[in-house]
Amino acid sequence: MEGMAGQKSSLAWVVNLSAFLLVLLWTIPTLGLFVSSFRDRDQISTSGWWQSFSGSEQTGFVRSGTVDDQVQQDGLYVIEGSALEGTQKLSAWGTGARQPAEFQPGETTEIEDGIQLTVAADGTYRMTSAQPFEMTRGERIFTTTISPPEFTTENYGRVLTAGGLGRAFMNTMTVTIPATVIPILIAAFAAYALAWMQFPGRALLTAAVVGLLVVPLQVALIPLLRLHNDLGIGKGYLGIWLAHTGFGLPLAVYLLRNYMVGLPREIIESARVDGATDFQIFRRIILPLSFPALASFAIFQFLWVWNDLLVATVFLGNTREQLVMTGLLRELMGSRGGEWEILATSAFISIAVPLLVFFAMQKYLVRGLLAGSVKGG
Amino acid sequence: MELFWLAVGTIVAGVFGCVAWFWGSNWVLDKIYPPRGDRAGDNIRRANQIRPWLFLGPAIVFLATYLVYPVLDSLWRSLFSSNGSAFVGADNYLWLLGDDKFRESMLNNMLWLLVVPALSTLFGLLAAQLTDRIKWGNIGKSLIFMPMAISFVGAGVIWKFIYEYRASGETQIGLLNWIVTRFGGEPQIWLTLPGWNNFFLMIVLVWIQTGFAMVILSAALRGIPEETIEAAILDGASPLQVFFKIKVPQIMGTIAVVWTTITIVVLKVFDIVFVMTNGQWGTQVLANLMYDWMFRGTPDYGRGSAIAIVLMILVTPIMVWNIWNARKEVR
Repeated sequence: MEGMAGQKSSLAWVVNLSAFLLVLLWTIPTLGLFVSSFRDRDQISTSGWWQSFSGSEQTGFVRSGTVDDQVQQDGLYVIEGSALEGTQKLSAWGTGARQPAEFQPGETTEIEDGIQLTVAADGTYRMTSAQPFEMTRGERIFTTTISPPEFTTENYGRVLTAGGLGRAFMNTMTVTIPATVIPILIAAFAAYALAWMQFPGRALLTAAVVGLLVVPLQVALIPLLRLHNDLGIGKGYLGIWLAHTGFGLPLAVYLLRNYMVGLPREIIESARVDGATDFQIFRRIILPLSFPALASFAIFQFLWVWNDLLVATVFLGNTREQLVMTGLLRELMGSRGGEWEILATSAFISIAVPLLVFFAMQKYLVRGLLAGSVKGG
Repeated sequence: MELFWLAVGTIVAGVFGCVAWFWGSNWVLDKIYPPRGDRAGDNIRRANQIRPWLFLGPAIVFLATYLVYPVLDSLWRSLFSSNGSAFVGADNYLWLLGDDKFRESMLNNMLWLLVVPALSTLFGLLAAQLTDRIKWGNIGKSLIFMPMAISFVGAGVIWKFIYEYRASGETQIGLLNWIVTRFGGEPQIWLTLPGWNNFFLMIVLVWIQTGFAMVILSAALRGIPEETIEAAILDGASPLQVFFKIKVPQIMGTIAVVWTTITIVVLKVFDIVFVMTNGQWGTQVLANLMYDWMFRGTPDYGRGSAIAIVLMILVTPIMVWNIWNARKEVR
């Protein structure tokens, strides 16, 4: 607040810092999933995703050369070789399993009477002795290497081409779009009637809509499933579209009515005086003016249907052909808990679409929330 | 591809059907009671009595079929035996009272009811207050609000990466256990810790709901008249006092709305428990218990419906309160 002059600088600091911490705390879980979806299975199961940026540490050991490999140089017996493969870089080394990272690269140690060992950063080692070597088994050299951070998009390729996610994605789309569009139309007409038409029972109906807002879905599952079976709809897309339409309607009618009531009375009255019918008023005036409220509800319904698991499980069935993405994720979590990379990538794909919608349309979402809630307070 | 056309077809048919209904029924109405001729006045009056019901018709049919009827049907079914063949009166409810799992679910639901709305509102208020005062507040708000768009199942996967357990000594790949072992603690299997595991599930919902609370409370905070705050500061109130004694009392109404909205979400909580523990290790909740009875093994519709009705009864006070508020507003 601007009124807080005096304590401004120190307070601003604290506020910034705590806001940052809070945001960090809220972002980290999602970030973890995002990062994990770019790592392969071994990486995911051997180190935490937060360590993936610093590169992973690996330890191992090799045996040095033996008697057969020794050469004589400047009066010394020498065994040379490399303890690493390829272009790895050594960060520490040692000669015993107890302290596998005892020495820095380049350091020299005396293994036993007169035998000296040096391992350089590129992994080449040099063992020297004044006496000829006699050992037939090589000396153990323990190595610690850092491999650079590594990310892969392979998971996405795998998940999208196989594993049923593509199918599930299409299924989710098929469920979501009609289930978002249809309730809007039905609700818009009803909301107009509740907001601008005079008829007995209007207040009662409005109250009923408010009441139906909180009815738990769970109550509706069995009766509706039976109803659908009796009507011959059974389990399928038609059933789930109808169900989502029904479940979404109270919020739709409520939001739209609240918005339409707030439209200026004069416009509607003057249109009536000019002889416009209700249908014309609705189509030419109310509908275009209500666009923000329509968008709000569309986003709510889209997110809700896309993210729903319960209604899809009950009304659509669980075969591979019918599984939506939430259902598929659930199956992955249950049966293939070990396949982290598949799980992480699938999960990220399934939340990517709602996140996109969320960030693109946040304005309308917030507006809708406020229209729905602040009025009561 | 076939699916795609099916979906497109449905949208077209749905939209066209709706428009046809609204337009067609209006047209028919105008034919029956033409708004001209000798009886024009009478006809217009009659048509205007019927027209609202044409507009409301489809919505009423849907609401009645998909929300009102199921409640009544569940109530009726809850009085019957498992396959609906024999009338058993209140037996299902009596059975509920004696069932351990039901008691556990009720207790857990109560715990959820206490913890989740309280923490979400608290963090939401904190986030709103903090982000309203800083330059990058809008970005911060977006990020805290973001989990709202993530499905409960997706959130389950996300938090799996935080709660994952590896035996002591191995590299921990779950963030929480990594932090714990970093500070010298023993890694825990968080989701099976008796009693505590409930809280680890609740945190997921708090994480999702805080953004919602923040958005609404932030709007309410900005709606507070500037003069009241200035007056308090002139009187020498500290920032904390301004917050708790001036601001919070003025947004009590909004806090109540946020609290009740989250309460409804909590009562219906299902997906989180369903995918993370499936009600094992003492984390059962009503919605998941109901699912178990209705869809696992041999379905018992009587008991399942009884649990559904208990859920319905639990939300009823909030329903009444909401209607009460809405009617005050409509007058």
